[in-house]
Amino acid sequence: MDDKIRAILKEHGRLNRDPKDLGDNDDLLKAGLTSHANVNVMLALENEFEIEFPDHLLKRESFETIAAIRETIRKIRGGEA
Amino acid sequence: VGSGHDRARRSLAVPDEVIAKKMKMRVGVDLVRVQQIEQSLSRFGDRFLRRLFTEGEIAYATSVPARAAERLAARFAAKEAVKKALGAAADSAVWRHIEVRRTATGSPEIALHGAAQEAAAAAGISEFSVSLSHDGDYAVAMVAAMCQGD
Repeated sequence: MDDKIRAILKEHGRLNRDPKDLGDNDDLLKAGLTSHANVNVMLALENEFEIEFPDHLLKRESFETIAAIRETIRKIRGGEA
Repeated sequence: VGSGHDRARRSLAVPDEVIAKKMKMRVGVDLVRVQQIEQSLSRFGDRFLRRLFTEGEIAYATSVPARAAERLAARFAAKEAVKKALGAAADSAVWRHIEVRRTATGSPEIALHGAAQEAAAAAGISEFSVSLSHDGDYAVAMVAAMCQGD
């Protein structure tokens, strides 16, 4: 899952670093993830993982780090969201 | 004859009621590249529109297809500018909770719904003012929020 998340961040995140150089807990905001790029990342994640982010998970903390994105996807897939 | 401070306030045209109620102003600004919105529209289409914009915003922006991207860019900038003015309290607000409407005279105004409305109420914000602009590749929105001070 992490490779797919990093690939999406590379294609849609417009980060100032290559996502493969980012640690799981590195702050994506500090890596240059803008609010608009965040929308594209969210929609691309929905396509890739065949999920839909519910409104209450469309917050900064869901996309703060790669680990947070992974956890959010797990929650949605596991029906916890 | 008022003090220099009073004169300065008058020259800035700060309304008396704002001074009387000790209200404070919070501002937010956001800049968006129109081309980035065009790319999102071509990549994600209707899903991008529906997740970010209200029916009214979509109807207005797409009524002139050649101007849709710049109108959407300005509206997205306004939503982000409102979030900045609201601060951390707005984190639970989704983009559709912050709507740019047009008044009868055609000027933009902000209408809040759901979590955004709750965040504004909690912050004591009673009024927003918004200004939009776009030129070529960029759209910008500036928002001012009046809130009760201490």
